[in-house]
Amino acid sequence: MSDARESRYAIGIDLGTTHCALSYVDTAASDGEQTSEGVLPIAQLTGPGAIDNLDLLPSFLYLPHPDELSSGDLHLPWTGERGFAVGEFARSRGAATPIRLVSSAKSWLCHPGVDRRAAILPNDAPPEVARVSPLESSVRYLTHLREAWDHAHPDAPFAQQDITVTIPASFDPAARELTAEAAEAAGYGRMTLLEEPQAALYSWIQKSGGQWRKQVEVGDIILVVDVGGGTTDLSLIAVIEREGNLELHRVAVGEHILLGGDNMDLALAHGVARKLAAQGTQADAWQLRALTYACRSAKETLLSDPATDTVPLVVPSRGSKLIGGSIRTELTRIELTQTILEGFFPQVDSAARPVSRARAGLTQLGLPYAQDAGITRHLAAFLGRQVGALAELEGLRDAAANANANANASVSANPGAQDASFLHPTAVLFNGGVFKSPLLVERIMGTLNNWLAAEGAAPARLLEGADLDLAVARGAAYYGYVRRGRGVRIRGGTARAYYIAIESAMPAVPGLEPPVQALCVAPFGMEEGTEAELPAQEFGLVVGEPVHFRFFGSSVRRQDQVGTLLDFWGPEELQELEEIQATLPAAGRTAGEVVPVKLHARVTEAGTLELEAMPRGTDERWKVEFDVRGNANA
Amino acid sequence: MTDSNPSFLGRISLAVSTFFRILGDGEFAAGVLRLRNGEAAASTPPAAAASMPTPAPAPQPTPTLKEASPDAALQLLGLLQRDARFIDFVEEDIKHYSDADIGVAARLVHEGCRATLREHFTIRPIRDEAEGSRVTLAEGFDASAIRLTGNVVGRAPFSGSISHRGWRVDEVRLPKLTDSHNAKVIAPAEVEL
Repeated sequence: MSDARESRYAIGIDLGTTHCALSYVDTAASDGEQTSEGVLPIAQLTGPGAIDNLDLLPSFLYLPHPDELSSGDLHLPWTGERGFAVGEFARSRGAATPIRLVSSAKSWLCHPGVDRRAAILPNDAPPEVARVSPLESSVRYLTHLREAWDHAHPDAPFAQQDITVTIPASFDPAARELTAEAAEAAGYGRMTLLEEPQAALYSWIQKSGGQWRKQVEVGDIILVVDVGGGTTDLSLIAVIEREGNLELHRVAVGEHILLGGDNMDLALAHGVARKLAAQGTQADAWQLRALTYACRSAKETLLSDPATDTVPLVVPSRGSKLIGGSIRTELTRIELTQTILEGFFPQVDSAARPVSRARAGLTQLGLPYAQDAGITRHLAAFLGRQVGALAELEGLRDAAANANANANASVSANPGAQDASFLHPTAVLFNGGVFKSPLLVERIMGTLNNWLAAEGAAPARLLEGADLDLAVARGAAYYGYVRRGRGVRIRGGTARAYYIAIESAMPAVPGLEPPVQALCVAPFGMEEGTEAELPAQEFGLVVGEPVHFRFFGSSVRRQDQVGTLLDFWGPEELQELEEIQATLPAAGRTAGEVVPVKLHARVTEAGTLELEAMPRGTDERWKVEFDVRGNANA
Repeated sequence: MTDSNPSFLGRISLAVSTFFRILGDGEFAAGVLRLRNGEAAASTPPAAAASMPTPAPAPQPTPTLKEASPDAALQLLGLLQRDARFIDFVEEDIKHYSDADIGVAARLVHEGCRATLREHFTIRPIRDEAEGSRVTLAEGFDASAIRLTGNVVGRAPFSGSISHRGWRVDEVRLPKLTDSHNAKVIAPAEVEL
């Protein structure tokens, strides 16, 4: 592979809900599975006028008041032109002035209820604050990372390197496209998207330095549980054999679950605040934030040291009287167990499903946080929904059947076993800082293995040696390297099939919505850089007028081909996504004319899904847009 | 100058202030040097030359003293205050508080100081041996890193027991500051609107 365009570095970027990180592989110094990699310490403001290099860039954007800072306080080593701050200074300054702080921009970027290109953040800012869009704040984080790289590596311009940006596996096509758009606007010329759980597995493979082949075998189903600061992301990756080689195949991804480590800290802090209130001390907003911070470190102590039963919590006074004004309380192991273990990781059985209650009539416009905090219940639902995920996979069943024949016939290692009520993973890889706690790892492993034992399956093993904090960035950089054919790749393509709604030709019944059919336009498992077939069906587009289609995705219908028409589907089978919208420009046509078009799907090299409208009898292609203005029925 | 023979206290004060001015003001230092040389020459001109066994020794190069930059010190104070409430703690009058109350605050200060030190410095012991264990120091040991105490006689190799392992800073990672940064403000006043 001596493509002249190949860059020296493969750069991986973890664009997280609460933190970003940048890692790189120096391809010139790497050979085969032995790679030379590093993490870029990201220069950023840590205080007014103070620059430090930290491994993580907190994903926060602070929009200061013009009188708030003196000139030069926002200067960076490479620019004095910034009117805002991103990173550690933004996070700490914004804690005291939340009306000017943009946080969780990534969660807003995939929020179907809002216009992602509109200046809506901070959500609760007063009118005089010039708000930014979720897209724009992502652009600013990505731009900062590019500039920090260019400052540190003037000899290897960022724009000329191969960049991989990670996204949750559960991101829908619109959120993927918005991320790609943000990267392009931030000056990322050669960018590819990668799902975070895959990145975590790549990092594990890289860290093993070639030993991973000894830790997994054909027929293994690896469950990746990735709990970040703001999201929980689940994926299943099968180890198969093809032409004598081990191959990794991502077979399923979970729903988008807005639930993460930050929710746990907040839950603990609210519990402690209630306890304080019962003792007559009312914590104000500032103290609650300090309490959340104190709870985070207390949680880490209790979760990592089983011998400790209580950790003192001190909320400092805000004024300069430290001793007189501080509040002292403590976090006990019982409280921790109730809140974290029972609240977020309850021991449920495999038939448990997340509870969703009907939303109250008037909900404030905010992030659609998961209604059920029980991560184990979400896991049970995911494995239950994907019970048939392996039916179509070649290279796995033979091996599994062999394993089955060799082993005790009653112990089913075959994930496709008829009597299984959920898909049986055989190995688990954890990612995310919360899993530094052996207690939480044990809780998930224990719960999962109970489910497996109940169905007579062998227990799943823990894949050890994961780098919990930086795995996603590292794995992304490694992916940029293996894409050049220098290591094992995870295959699988898109994890959903996509459909558009077409109205049935049926007489209208008053009071009833006309029944709709779902037409498959993109099958499951499309790889990057491939195109779907052209469907036979045509649609009439009115020239010059936008036409909207309802759009659906399915994470379970693996068999549908382009043109498959569904009359009925279960609520678990198809999820409605944002509408798509096609506009045929008037060029060369008369406005108002109806032109028959076909809808054609392709997956770009970058990893985004693109739909095109192709007018009959021409080779013109018009892009069909995802409607990200937040008018979906979500 | 009216007081031609200042009091002892006056002389201490003069010595200290002169010391700092010599350090900070090169011209003043040159003046003091001239004054000293001139007086010595005037009071004992021939005796000095006569009493010296060697003729007119080449002037000893005066050791140059580095002036510590206050910026880094101020910056560290700022970090300790921000992350450990260090100034608040030290400046507070603790006479009227119980040990338990002070302990609560000390926990906070300790945790913050430790986090600050670990983030901005790499500190490790100079000697890895346990305190109390016996060690032998070969000739040419680094006298700035190891201080001999007690019965300091004879010549190397010296043998003794470690009473303190010492600390050495291997790396300093202080944040860089922009030109406009006012390091003297180690904690801005906060006004909630």
